[in-house]
Amino acid sequence: MDFSVLTGNYETFLHGFYNTILASLLGLVGSFILGTIIAVFRISQVRPLMWFGTAYVEFFRNIPLLLVVFLFYYGVSSLVGVTLDGFNAGTLGLAVYTSSFIAEAIRAGIMAVPKGQSEAARSSGLSYLQTMRYVILPQAIKLVIPPLSNQFINLVKNSSILSIVSGFDLMYFGDGIATDTFDTINTYIFVAMFYLVLTLPLSYGSRVLERKLARHD
Amino acid sequence: MKKHWKMIRLAAALVVVLSLLAACGNKKEDGLASIKDRDKLVVGVKFDTKLFGLKDPSTGNVEGFDIDIAKQIAKHILGDENKVEFKEVTSKTRVPMLNNDEIDMVVATMTITEARKKEVDFSDVYFLAGQSLLVKKGSPIKGIEDVKAGTKVLSSKGATSVKNIKEKVPGVTVLEFDNYQDAFSALKAGQGDALTTDDAILYGMAAQDPNYEVVGKPFTDEPYGIAMRKGNSDLVKAVNDALKELKDSGEYDAIYEKWIGKKPSN
Repeated sequence: MDFSVLTGNYETFLHGFYNTILASLLGLVGSFILGTIIAVFRISQVRPLMWFGTAYVEFFRNIPLLLVVFLFYYGVSSLVGVTLDGFNAGTLGLAVYTSSFIAEAIRAGIMAVPKGQSEAARSSGLSYLQTMRYVILPQAIKLVIPPLSNQFINLVKNSSILSIVSGFDLMYFGDGIATDTFDTINTYIFVAMFYLVLTLPLSYGSRVLERKLARHD
Repeated sequence: MKKHWKMIRLAAALVVVLSLLAACGNKKEDGLASIKDRDKLVVGVKFDTKLFGLKDPSTGNVEGFDIDIAKQIAKHILGDENKVEFKEVTSKTRVPMLNNDEIDMVVATMTITEARKKEVDFSDVYFLAGQSLLVKKGSPIKGIEDVKAGTKVLSSKGATSVKNIKEKVPGVTVLEFDNYQDAFSALKAGQGDALTTDDAILYGMAAQDPNYEVVGKPFTDEPYGIAMRKGNSDLVKAVNDALKELKDSGEYDAIYEKWIGKKPSN
């Protein structure tokens, strides 16, 4: 295997790797917060909130990620007049897209907590929000860990969408290095390894976390 | 602890598999003979570049200067200008697709450079372009001298224009897109101050949308060549013969005038 592509473009790779990590972290936090809010909307007793949550999930879950990102990159400027650069548009699109899947995973987890739990909490005088915060969500989170970790791994890989809107991520620079050096295969193999450096620990960590949580049952 | 070893073994196995993938070289086949056996020339052209190679969505036909040149080469090699199949390439995909044997040659606004000559063989120059700038009408940018460090310039991945502008204007921000249409969309969406590539391509864009104009004089020479896989001297010779015949017969001038709107200056 030829390492000259890696050694010759080390800084470029690292620059892209850094941006990929940053986009993944922001996407992870953003999609988790958004997803949780939407999940609560989805199971809310307040009709308009429920409708909004359902529309959000069905819209963003059922169009390609590329379109979501294009919406933020090309669309937002003409609709709102604010121009988002490639990195911001890409990361935002990534978070919004992933949040629709996360909302569904969390909703499924909440629904899986036996109904008696919330009935008991409500009859002890807890409000709806308190019931969610102190009784339902802590139990749901355990059920949600496996599907959530899947979504997070997908999010890291999907962050390569930034390359399409010149978001300066790993894939963007990988494309550039591949066309500059003409060494397409080796370049993309190193790109793949950089992604593995991020995703393998994630999948390993989620398994450890799953086992730990299972012990508390 | 055993579990940790399992992970490490898995990672090691992945590295081995990937390295094996890398070791598989691509086989090179003989160009001219296989084209004649197949009785069809497969040419990589652009589908998104007005005047050179643009796919008409209503008819599905690809049209442009590069297309007509490719047809004439097919006529020279195979005796029929319709024995040609067009596959879409972008600045980013054209060399990998050529080396993958997916196409026989690239006729896609490709500038002959020393670096590229190490990777592919080029025919003689078949078109002479120069790099220029496309801006929204009324833009303060009137030429390359108005492009400063920090100016956002858009272009296509793998294009020589990116390297050129970075050399001319150190510190300029270049945003690269997968193809010129995406770069043009980004310019329209206000993502950059100017779009840079060869003037021939820019004139096509300006013709598409009258709110945009080409400014300043070309600041580089971009001689276009037809790229073929390395080591196919028969094929390169056949293509050069075809180009020479085209120029001698006046056919070349006719194609040039049809698309560019004037006679070639050289």
